[in-house]
Amino acid sequence: MTIFRNVVFVAALTGLLAGIVMAAMQTYATVPLIKKAETFENAGGGHDHAATDPATGTEAAAPHSHDAGTPAHEHDGEAWAPADGFERLAYTVLANIVTAIGFALVLVAVSEILGGIASWRQGIFWGFAGFAVFTLAPGLGLPPELPAMPAADLGGRQIWWTATVIATAVGLGLIAFRSGVVWSLVGVALIVAPHIVGAPQPVSHDSPIPADLHHQYVVAATVTNLIFWVVLGGVAGAIRSRVARSAGSLRDSFA
Amino acid sequence: MNTAISSLGASTSAASRVVQLSFAALLGVFIVGFAGFSQMDVVHNAAHDYRHSMAFPCH
Repeated sequence: MTIFRNVVFVAALTGLLAGIVMAAMQTYATVPLIKKAETFENAGGGHDHAATDPATGTEAAAPHSHDAGTPAHEHDGEAWAPADGFERLAYTVLANIVTAIGFALVLVAVSEILGGIASWRQGIFWGFAGFAVFTLAPGLGLPPELPAMPAADLGGRQIWWTATVIATAVGLGLIAFRSGVVWSLVGVALIVAPHIVGAPQPVSHDSPIPADLHHQYVVAATVTNLIFWVVLGGVAGAIRSRVARSAGSLRDSFA
Repeated sequence: MNTAISSLGASTSAASRVVQLSFAALLGVFIVGFAGFSQMDVVHNAAHDYRHSMAFPCH
């Protein structure tokens, strides 16, 4: 299991680093917006004044930061959730690291099948591909969402998300690794197809979340994901080229 | 057969290579799927901010 072990080693180191970077970015870029949106979500319960007036709601509610202790939202009868503050942050960091290792496993294993990432610079291009596959393509049909926003049936969205990820990955792979115009055309068609089918959309897009808050959030989530993928790919390329070099020179001991 | 000169684990056969790499990729897919898509409330709540930030369709 030499290769498996080496891939896991490279992916674990890469994911640890990229996950920490991502968690730090989220703490400043996306999580504050999520918490702001939650004040609108909780306002749906009926004790907030800003969102109740549909005529002025979007205008009036956006700039305020409701610091009046609104985040205390312990829903009775629901499953365990991390307490706000350190615990919530800790679980977000943990989720970031664990899934970054997962993404890194996929990236390193797939790139290894296709010849391996030769350098950190090549890794950055692999990172761009990961961004296109996991963020850009699904995000066109299903933009990053804030709490309290309306959405279509969950199962349908998960199927569309998964199908879009697979189609985009295969499409990019055909363009990059198959010679011949026909394969490239098939690749482009695969990338475009999910958007012709279209993602499941909610019946109505009416939401208590102000449009500018959502827009800010889409930009924040997309850009943090871009940096995450660039870091993931670059670090994977850097570590992988070192491991491959030592594996090459110490071939017998790795065998 | 032997294109593995500059790769991770040079002296393994091509078939074994693909099996191991596929296994590693599957493991990654499983991890991401569990953290991003699991319907268990506890997983959902723990990874809530993460899922929103990654734009996973989750609730």
